[in-house]
Amino acid sequence: MDESTRTYWARLDTRFPLVEAMFPACLADAHSVLTPKGLDAFLEAGRLIGKLGRGAEPLLAFLEAWPAAARVVGEGMLAPVMAVVQGLQKSPNGRAITPFLQTLAPVAQRLQAGEQLQHYLDLTLDLMARTTRSIHGFHTTYPSPGLPDFFAQAPTLLAQLDIGGLRRWVDYGVRNYATHPERQKDYFSLQSADSRAVLQRERHGTLLVDVERRLDLYLRGLWRDGDLLIPYSTAFDQLRKPVPYYDPLGMRLPDVQDDAQGVSGLDRYRAMLAHMVGHRRWSTPQIADNWSPFQRMAVEFFEDCRVETLLIREYPGLRRLFLALHPRPAEDACDPETTSCLRHRLAMLSRALLDPQHGYRDADLNDFVARFHDLMTPGASSTRDMAALALAFVAKTRRPSDQFANVHFDDTVIDYRDDNRHLWRFIEEADEEQSFDETRRHDTQEEVQRLPPRHYPEWDYHSQTYRPDWVSVYEALHPSGRAADIDRLLQKHAPLAKRLQRLLEALKPQDKVRIRYQEEGSELDLDVALRSLIDFKAGSTPDPRINMSHRTNGRDIAVTLLLDLSASLNDKAGSSDQTILELSQEAVSLLAWAIDRLGDPLAIAGFQSNTRHEVRYVHLKGFGEQWGDEVKARLAAMQANYSTRMGAALRHAAHSLRARKNDKKLLLILTDGEPADVDVNDERLLIEDARQAVRELERDGIFTYCISLDPRADAYVSDIFGRRYTVIDHIERLPEKLPEVFLALTKSR
Amino acid sequence: MSSDAQQYRVHAEPYYQPQGREVALFEAAYRNRLPVMVKGPTGCGKSRFVEYMAWKLGKPLITVACNEDMTASDLVGRYLLEGGGTRWLDGPLTTAARIGAICYLDEIVEARQDTTVVIHPLTDHRRVLPLDKKGELIAAHPDFQLVISYNPGYQSLMKDLKQSTKQRFTAFDFDYPEAELETTILCKESGLDAEMASKLVKIGHTARNLKGHGLDEGISTRLMVYAAQLIHDGVDAADACRMALVRPITDDADIRQTLDHAIDVTFA
Repeated sequence: MDESTRTYWARLDTRFPLVEAMFPACLADAHSVLTPKGLDAFLEAGRLIGKLGRGAEPLLAFLEAWPAAARVVGEGMLAPVMAVVQGLQKSPNGRAITPFLQTLAPVAQRLQAGEQLQHYLDLTLDLMARTTRSIHGFHTTYPSPGLPDFFAQAPTLLAQLDIGGLRRWVDYGVRNYATHPERQKDYFSLQSADSRAVLQRERHGTLLVDVERRLDLYLRGLWRDGDLLIPYSTAFDQLRKPVPYYDPLGMRLPDVQDDAQGVSGLDRYRAMLAHMVGHRRWSTPQIADNWSPFQRMAVEFFEDCRVETLLIREYPGLRRLFLALHPRPAEDACDPETTSCLRHRLAMLSRALLDPQHGYRDADLNDFVARFHDLMTPGASSTRDMAALALAFVAKTRRPSDQFANVHFDDTVIDYRDDNRHLWRFIEEADEEQSFDETRRHDTQEEVQRLPPRHYPEWDYHSQTYRPDWVSVYEALHPSGRAADIDRLLQKHAPLAKRLQRLLEALKPQDKVRIRYQEEGSELDLDVALRSLIDFKAGSTPDPRINMSHRTNGRDIAVTLLLDLSASLNDKAGSSDQTILELSQEAVSLLAWAIDRLGDPLAIAGFQSNTRHEVRYVHLKGFGEQWGDEVKARLAAMQANYSTRMGAALRHAAHSLRARKNDKKLLLILTDGEPADVDVNDERLLIEDARQAVRELERDGIFTYCISLDPRADAYVSDIFGRRYTVIDHIERLPEKLPEVFLALTKSR
Repeated sequence: MSSDAQQYRVHAEPYYQPQGREVALFEAAYRNRLPVMVKGPTGCGKSRFVEYMAWKLGKPLITVACNEDMTASDLVGRYLLEGGGTRWLDGPLTTAARIGAICYLDEIVEARQDTTVVIHPLTDHRRVLPLDKKGELIAAHPDFQLVISYNPGYQSLMKDLKQSTKQRFTAFDFDYPEAELETTILCKESGLDAEMASKLVKIGHTARNLKGHGLDEGISTRLMVYAAQLIHDGVDAADACRMALVRPITDDADIRQTLDHAIDVTFA
C-alpha cells in the first residue's frame, strides 16, 4: 500500500485483513469512476458498513459492488442504497445485507438507470416490511424468510422481467405465502412451481404458446412442412443458453422470444423454423468420426449458409430477416496472437456468404465466398460439397492460435440457427455423446387408481389476476348404493310428480318449423296461392294445398346440475327430521325424472374440496346415460364431506358442458352455503373466484343459475350470480321447488 | 324468354389456356351430344372453359346461375297473368332446347333436387323436354347440349347431386393449373411480366397449402388475375396482394398474418 492509499485506508477505519488485501484494487476502481466527492461518500459509507458488526463480508461486497454500480446508475444513488442498508440493519433482517450488496452490481447493470434502481430499492423495502412478522404476545420479531433468497435471485429475475413485472411477481409471493415461511423461501428462491409459473406469465416477449398456431400455419403454408412445436425453457439456464433443434419428436423452440435487432419475436421464430426446414429439405447427414470438432464446426457454418441461400431463393424477403438477426463481426475484432479466432473467422465468412454488401477485405475469405457461389450457381449443391469446401477453408486459414483456450465469442453466436445435431452420424459411440435421450428408464411404480388431476386457475381479486394452475380437480364416478331407495323417494312424492307432469306437458316450446303445402293450416302461403291462381286461370287444376302451418322442433337445452356435497349438508333441515342431504336427494331425483320426461340431455355431478390440492368432482349421471337404476344407485349413495370450493367445480362442469352442441346450455348449482375452504382465510377470495368463474361461463354461452338453501345467502349470492339465483327458505319444500325453478327457467315465453 | 339465337352467341374469342386434352374431349362429347359435367374448385376456369367451347363450336350459350330458390318453372317456363288470361313464357332451358344452344347450368348443386330432375329427360336418349303445364312435348334441337358445373368442395350431406343425376353426364375434373401454366394465364390476362406473376402464383400456393387448416378454399386463379390486374395498373404489389388475395378469403387473424408474411418475404 502506498502513501495515498494508506490515507484512504485510514478513513475506512477498519482492521479486517481480508478487506485490507482487496482494498487497493477496489480503490483504483473507485478512482476511475467516482468524483472526489463521490469517493468521500463511498469511503464514509464503507466505514459505516464496516461498523455494522456483521464481519468483513458486507464491507467486501460493498467495496467491490459500488464502483461498478455507480458507473451505470450514477454515484448519486449511494444515499438511497445506504438507506436500504440501514433499514435492513434496524429490522431483524441484517443477514440480508450481504446478499443485497453482493447482487447490487448485476442488478444495476440490468436496470441501467438511477430511477429504475430507486424503484427496485423501494420494492425491497416494501417486501421487507410485508414479510417481517411479529407474533402478538411474544415480543419477538421474525426476519423475513424470503428476503435473502430474493436478493440472490434478483439479477436472474431482472434479466427476464421489467420492474413492473418484478413488482407483480413479488406481490404474488407476499400475498400467498406471507404466513408460510418455508413456502415463502421456496417461492423467492424460484424453487416452487407457481413461482416459475408467475414468472413465466410476467415475462416480456412473444410466448411460443401464443403464436403456436401462426407458426403452424407458417410451416404448412410457406414450407409444406409441419411438426410438433415443443418449447424449451430459456429462463433458468444461465450458463449455457439452449439452442433450437429438431429430432423425431418435434421442433424445439425457446418458450419466449424478445424482439431483437428490430425483428419481432414472431419473426425470430419464423427465422428459426425456416432454417430448420432448410436442413430438413436439403441437408444429408455426414459421417463425422474422422473430423475434428473444428472441422465439424466449419462444415456446419457452410451448410447453414447453403440452406439459407436456398431458402432465400425460395422467398427473397428472408435475406432481410436473416441478415437482421445475423451478427456482423468487425473484421479486426479478434487478435490472432492471443485468442482463438476460428469462430470469428467462420462468423465473418457466414455473414459474407449471405450478405453481398459484407465489405470484408480478407483475400482468403473473399476467395471462399466466390468458390461457395460457384458451387451454388448451378443448383442446390450438396452437403458433401459444402463439407469439402469447409475442410479446405479450415486447412487454408489454420492458425496456431486456434487451439488456444481463450476463444473469441463476441458477435459469433447466430441464435436462430439450430444445433445441427441432425447433420452428424457417428459410427463409433464416443463417450462424450449425450445419449440420455435414447435410453429411458421405465418407472415401475404402481399406477394410481384415479384419473390424473386437471388444473384450473383461481381468480385473485386483490391483484385482479389468475393464479395459474392453482386448483387440482380429481374426477371420479360416484360409488353406487341401492337404486330402490330413490324409487321409494319418488313414490313418496307421487302427488307432486303428477302436478309436475302437467307443467311438463305445457312445456313444448321453441324452434318453429314451417310446413308448406297444407290444405288446412294457420296461414296462407302466398307463393303457392299465386301459382294455384295462375293454374286456375290457365284452365288447369289448381293445387288446393295453399296453406302452411308451423310446428315446433323440440327443445335443445343441455343441463348440468352441480351439487354442493360439502359437510354442512349433513345438518338437519329446519324443523324437519331430514337432513339437507336427504332433501337434496329427493329434489334431485324428482328433477332428474322431470328432465328425463322432457328429453333434455342432463348431467349430474357433485363436488367437495379439501384444500386447493384436492377438489373432488364426482359424476352421478353423464349426458349420455339414461335415467335408470345405475344413476339412481349413485344418487342413493350420495355422501357429504369437506368444503365448498365452488369456482374450480364451476370451471370443470363448464369444461364438459362447453363441448355440448346444444343451442342453450344451463348450469344449475344447488348449494347450501357460501364458497369456503380450509386453506383460505380470506372469505371474499373464493366468492370473488366463483363470481369470476360465472363470468367466464357466461362468456362461453353457458347460463348459470344458483339455487341456494342458505337463509343468509343474500349477503353474497348476488355478488356471485348477479340476479340468477333463487334462495329457498323452507328447505323442506326443496323437492317441489327445484323442478319448478328449472321448469320456469326453461319455459319458452 | 326471347328465342333470338344471335344474342346468345359468343362473338369474341375468350382467352382460355388448356390444361390438358379437355378441348378435344369436349368436342368429341359435343359431336355425340353427350351431356357434360364440369367439376372443380371456385375460380379455376370452369365457366371460362364452357364459354370458350361455345365460341369454338360456334353455338349459342345460355347460362343459368342456379340458386336455392330456383324452381322447376324458372328453368322450364311458366304462365304469366295477362289481362283477363294468361300467356306462356319459355324458361332458359326450354329456349335452349328450341334454338339449339348449349345450356350451361352453373353451380347446379345450389338448386333444389326437385328442380334438377326436370333436366333428366333431356339428358338421355329421349332428348325431349315435357312442358306438363302447357301440355307440350319439345324435342330438343339437334344442336342442343346440356352442360352443368359444380364445386365438389361444397359437398356436404345436404348439397350433393343425386346419383340418378350424376350418372347422366360425362365429366371433366378441373383443378387450379400447374404453377407454370398459371403464371402464363396471369401474364396473358393482365399483361403482367412473368417474374411478378410467378410470385403471385407462389403466394397462391401458400394459401392452397392451408386448405383445411382454417381455409375452406385456397386462393383461386380468378383472384390472382385480379391481383395481377391491380399490380399492372400500378398498385404496389404487396398492397394488391393483400387486397385481392388475402382479405377476400379469410377473417382468421392468424391465417391473415401468415399470408401477409408470405407476401412480405416474397416481395423483398
